[in-house]
Amino acid sequence: MASDLDTTPVIATRREEATGFFQRMVSKGLGWARKNSLWQYPYVTACCGMEYMSVSSARYDIARFGAEVPRFSPRQADLLLVVGTINCKQAPILKRVYEQMSEPKWVIAFGVCASSGGFYDNYATMQGIDRVIPVDVYIPGCPPRPEQVLDGLMLLQRKIQDQQHKLIDRAQVPTLAQGGGERR
Amino acid sequence: MATDSHGMGGRDPQATPGSFGAGEPARPFEGQHHARGYEGALDAPLKGRQMVVNLGPSHPAMHGVTRAVVALEGETIVEMKLDIGFLHRGFEKSCENVTWGQCFPYTDRLNYVSSILNNVGFALVVEKLCKMEVPLRARYLRVLTGELHRICDHLTLVAAMGLELGAMTVFLYGIEARDLIWDRLTEICGARLTSNYVRVGGVSRDCPDDWPAKVEQTLARVAELRETIDKLLTRNRIFMDRTRGTGVISREDALDFGFTGPCLRASGEPYDIRKAAPYLVYDQLDFDVPVGKNGDNFDRYLMRMEEMRQSDRIVRQCLRQMEPGDIVVQDFRYVLPPKPQVYGTIEGLMAHFKLVMEGIKVPAGEAYSYTEAANGELGFYAVSDGGGRAYKLGLRAPGWPMVAALPHMTKGALLADLVPTYDSINMIGGEVEQ
Ligand code: SF4
Repeated sequence: MASDLDTTPVIATRREEATGFFQRMVSKGLGWARKNSLWQYPYVTACCGMEYMSVSSARYDIARFGAEVPRFSPRQADLLLVVGTINCKQAPILKRVYEQMSEPKWVIAFGVCASSGGFYDNYATMQGIDRVIPVDVYIPGCPPRPEQVLDGLMLLQRKIQDQQHKLIDRAQVPTLAQGGGERR
Repeated sequence: MATDSHGMGGRDPQATPGSFGAGEPARPFEGQHHARGYEGALDAPLKGRQMVVNLGPSHPAMHGVTRAVVALEGETIVEMKLDIGFLHRGFEKSCENVTWGQCFPYTDRLNYVSSILNNVGFALVVEKLCKMEVPLRARYLRVLTGELHRICDHLTLVAAMGLELGAMTVFLYGIEARDLIWDRLTEICGARLTSNYVRVGGVSRDCPDDWPAKVEQTLARVAELRETIDKLLTRNRIFMDRTRGTGVISREDALDFGFTGPCLRASGEPYDIRKAAPYLVYDQLDFDVPVGKNGDNFDRYLMRMEEMRQSDRIVRQCLRQMEPGDIVVQDFRYVLPPKPQVYGTIEGLMAHFKLVMEGIKVPAGEAYSYTEAANGELGFYAVSDGGGRAYKLGLRAPGWPMVAALPHMTKGALLADLVPTYDSINMIGGEVEQ
């Protein structure tokens, strides 16, 4: 596993160096805190949900990774677990849920249906959720074994640790309305 | 009050023996009954207004895939509309584009909690078209694994019902038991959930030698967990109050709506396809069909608990009665020949090539097969034109009539009673929305 302290970018400009040390410490601290307290929103639609039940209960125990709290309100969650098939009717809802989550947020595509449409290569099924929302980790398998899911979760944790975290992020987040989508 | 078919949901003082007011007739309620209509002459209440609430499609109680538009007056459901199709994956169309053998993975994902039962249903319709006799051992293996999966299905229902009524412990016990059964299924077919075990003409592989003994041990542990769940829920006052007399459907209504399976039996109609039209080896097995009386959520829960016990019996009998033998028909028009023949003889090679490239040639015709899946009658209707693919495939999903009856069952009930009702009919998105 990559070192938890290994967050310094290889090429640093002067300006980054000037503000670097304090920011880096904050970033590391925030990364550590965030990766170990993922609150997930299980967007469960189909068969993979049965494996999700297994992952979250006693034997595989997702609580070991600090991700055991399912929140069914997108505003309280920072990890969107898309578990199962997303079809064309479901896709706008998924996008809405994703947009309602507050930053920082991450997405895991759980199972091949969410990753790529799986073997449902037909008129109804969306060929992967990355057509509507960005995805951080793809977990293959139909359904994936719980071990695979935990592996995917650990990958995400590593990714979170290596990201730059800021105390306040003033950059504006693009929303559906700005992207030319429907407005209400 | 409890006999009202529209479920009075938790307001019945007779709900639990021993609880406050039990055994007395319902007391007259001296307050104001209704937002409109009963006001005293001098009252000036705020005018009631219907509120429309959207439950779902992404809502924990909706199991992810259904949208219920509920019109409420206070907490009482005045009207409910269901919006489905959020998990429509084009099952029937997909199956028309692949060979008959390749349909099995799609059937796995219909009722994904008990996929072998779907596999069996589909295999039976193809075998009916081919007029094929399946070897005895294969039939036993189908029943055995199917019943294991039926236990899984019911465990999941009970676990989820407990969870949604606030009994998290039940969920953990249920999933532990289910994981154990899945381990056994992994040993026999390689997959935990989507088994893809049955083939046209038999099953894909025989069980390992030490498997039967392991299954018996597993069943013992599962029985232990099941009885724990039983102790936690069946006489639990909160659970009983939440489920008894809620989501009631009468026998006549259930028949009219086309209920089958445990939900129909909970209403008092003793109809089980395993008894009414035995298929595979069910006529040689000794098991009982539990029948309920009230058709409420509690009875539907009891049906599941009792059916798990019966499935347990069936599995044990199968293990005892099973004898060594073929697990697939020895007919290379339908079944891949063993590898030595493929590599050693031209006939074997030809048969292998034909089967892989073109699939099984099912004689032209149409057939309907019906089996007792975990939720009720699972029907497959297949039309073949003699080519290598299904010309048309139709599915009668067991969960569908129950979902369709939901607005009827919850009319006039409290909003909170929608959740146990939704649980106990066991809607599985994969099969209902195909
Ligand atoms: S990946 Fe497979 S198991 Fe998961 S939802 Fe899709 S079809 Fe079902």
